[in-house]
Amino acid sequence: MKKAYIEIDEERCKGCGLCISVCPQKIIRFSERFNSKGYHPAEQNDPEGKCNGCGFCYMMCPDVCITVYRLTPVRGETQ
Amino acid sequence: MKKIMMKGTEAIGEAAIMAGCRNFFGYPITPQNELTEYMARRLPEVGGCFLQAESEVAAVNMIYGAASVGKRAMTSTSSPGFSLMQEGISYIACAQLPAVFVNIVRGGPGLGDIQPSQGDYFQATKGGGHGDYRLIVLAPSTVQEAVTLTELAFELADKYRNPALVLADGLLGQMMEPVEIEEKQVSYDNSSWALTGAKDRPPRKVTSFNIDPYELEKMNLKLQEKYRKMEQEEPRWEEFQTEDADVLLVAYGTVGRICKSVVRMAREAGLKVGLFRPITLYPYPYKPLEELAKHVSLILTVEMSSGQMLEDVKLAALRLTRIEFYGRMAGVVPTPGEIFDHLMHLIGRR
Amino acid sequence: MEYKVAYRMPESLSKKQFSYCPGCHHGIVHRLIAEVIDELGIREKTIIVAPVGCSVFAYEFFELDGTVAAHGRALAVATGMKRARPDLVVFTYQGDGDLAAIGTAETIHAANRGERVTTIFINNAIYGMTGGQMAPTTLLGMKTTTSPHGRSPEREGYPIHVCEVLKELRGVAYLARTKVNTPKDVINTKKHIKKAFLAQLKDIGFGLVEVLSTCPTNWGMDPLKAGRWIDEYMVKEYPLGVFVDKVGEEK
Repeated sequence: MKKAYIEIDEERCKGCGLCISVCPQKIIRFSERFNSKGYHPAEQNDPEGKCNGCGFCYMMCPDVCITVYRLTPVRGETQ
Repeated sequence: MKKIMMKGTEAIGEAAIMAGCRNFFGYPITPQNELTEYMARRLPEVGGCFLQAESEVAAVNMIYGAASVGKRAMTSTSSPGFSLMQEGISYIACAQLPAVFVNIVRGGPGLGDIQPSQGDYFQATKGGGHGDYRLIVLAPSTVQEAVTLTELAFELADKYRNPALVLADGLLGQMMEPVEIEEKQVSYDNSSWALTGAKDRPPRKVTSFNIDPYELEKMNLKLQEKYRKMEQEEPRWEEFQTEDADVLLVAYGTVGRICKSVVRMAREAGLKVGLFRPITLYPYPYKPLEELAKHVSLILTVEMSSGQMLEDVKLAALRLTRIEFYGRMAGVVPTPGEIFDHLMHLIGRR
Repeated sequence: MEYKVAYRMPESLSKKQFSYCPGCHHGIVHRLIAEVIDELGIREKTIIVAPVGCSVFAYEFFELDGTVAAHGRALAVATGMKRARPDLVVFTYQGDGDLAAIGTAETIHAANRGERVTTIFINNAIYGMTGGQMAPTTLLGMKTTTSPHGRSPEREGYPIHVCEVLKELRGVAYLARTKVNTPKDVINTKKHIKKAFLAQLKDIGFGLVEVLSTCPTNWGMDPLKAGRWIDEYMVKEYPLGVFVDKVGEEK
């Protein structure tokens, strides 16, 4: 199970690349697809499950496209 | 109700408070300082806010702010200061905010002087700022009328969500007369538009802005609809000895008052002279003036300007009768005698 | 174990797409303001006063009541709102042309009166909306469409330092200059913005945060290079720091 992952609202993304530049794990890249505005949106490519949910991509995203999910113990569980 | 002696400017201030105004933002300029000073003294006593702004430009935008959160707000200024406020008034008109302005007009153009004038008529009635908008303009000729019209200004500003202006001059501002001031708080409902915080409802925006011309045109059409309604319902005027008049004087404000004396002088001389005194300069009482024009042989428009209201008189009465003009500018107040003399000259009696 | 949201769009944003160019820092600062409003629990009583400039649409991007002021007059409008309704939270969002050129008088006097309002000031050293003209904060030597040979002190004067001017005014309760070109700076800026709002909420005085921001389009750089340009040039002219802090540490 991955520790964390991100979702990117591709339609909102303007392909500025700031999230890509700050990702410590280097697991975000430009998609080959175009969105309806004509930008190549960012996408996460994390086959090895390196994302730790640090949120740097979220913090730098000027279009608030990114939601970050972290694997979290539910009540009563220990990690 | 007891009558008390009050200066015009102070009476306007008290009337505003009686109309429920609790926010005044202003900047010192002669000859209206007594009003600003009166509000500085009185508003804290009634739990209101008086703030001396850093400029007229700031003052008008403070009014925009106070009005947009749903509070009655006003300012007072004189001609050069009113020029500085035009941008803000245009925004207030487009954003459909109620607000009340007082312009104690002085001699111009430029820095001009500080004597009574009516040289700001065009600015007041034809726009003044940019874009297609109108101000409701009320012109008192006595201190008592300044009181009633100030209260009316708040009422109409609220009713139409439009800026309203009390247009007076230093003569009226400085004059002391006995007045009655009644509390006249007309409650109004701003719950559908005021910015009060987006609690239990979607967020609300008050703006004078739309980047889409078709949408902005819709906003403009709404404004125009309001102005047409005002033009139908709000014109106010006074007729003095017009029933049998053959000559009609047309004058407003201070000059309207002076012309009443002229009418009396003319009547004593056996001449059938009457006075038509517009009280609302916008919307202008074209219809009643047109009616009167059909029955007189001469209209003499008298103003403390080069003939600005004259254009509206012509709109009402052109080709219906002979229209003449007498005016003084730059702060010179015409005497009843000189107007009477001019009138006699026009009708060939001198 | 289950996946839980660690970061997502704050509730005080309206979810409308921002109208800014790719990589422009306006969006980051918008989000930080919205996060602070969410955390302080003041969304339902906060009013935004947007300026004229690129962020003229800012009032559309927040889930707040709001208005647009005339160019330079945001702090006069905010003053009127706050004086008439002291129970509301009022903030202005202004660029360098709006706040430090045409609106200089309003800025200085609102700060000096200690108006209980908050200002977020975006300094990107250029007029963005109108197409890259010289701003009061344009750096010496910087080429813009109206300083085509580079700003020279003889011709156009020196870049104006807003925080350094305002820090002398006794009505100011919180004043800081920051930037958002790295995640660390973003986290830091949020703290400053929060304190600028607390200066208002605690009835101490006027709060302003100046954020050194990029304008990739009018600087003629890609967003990454523009971010580096902040460190290489902007910060040297405009040192970061807290200039006034009467708010104290958060408990």
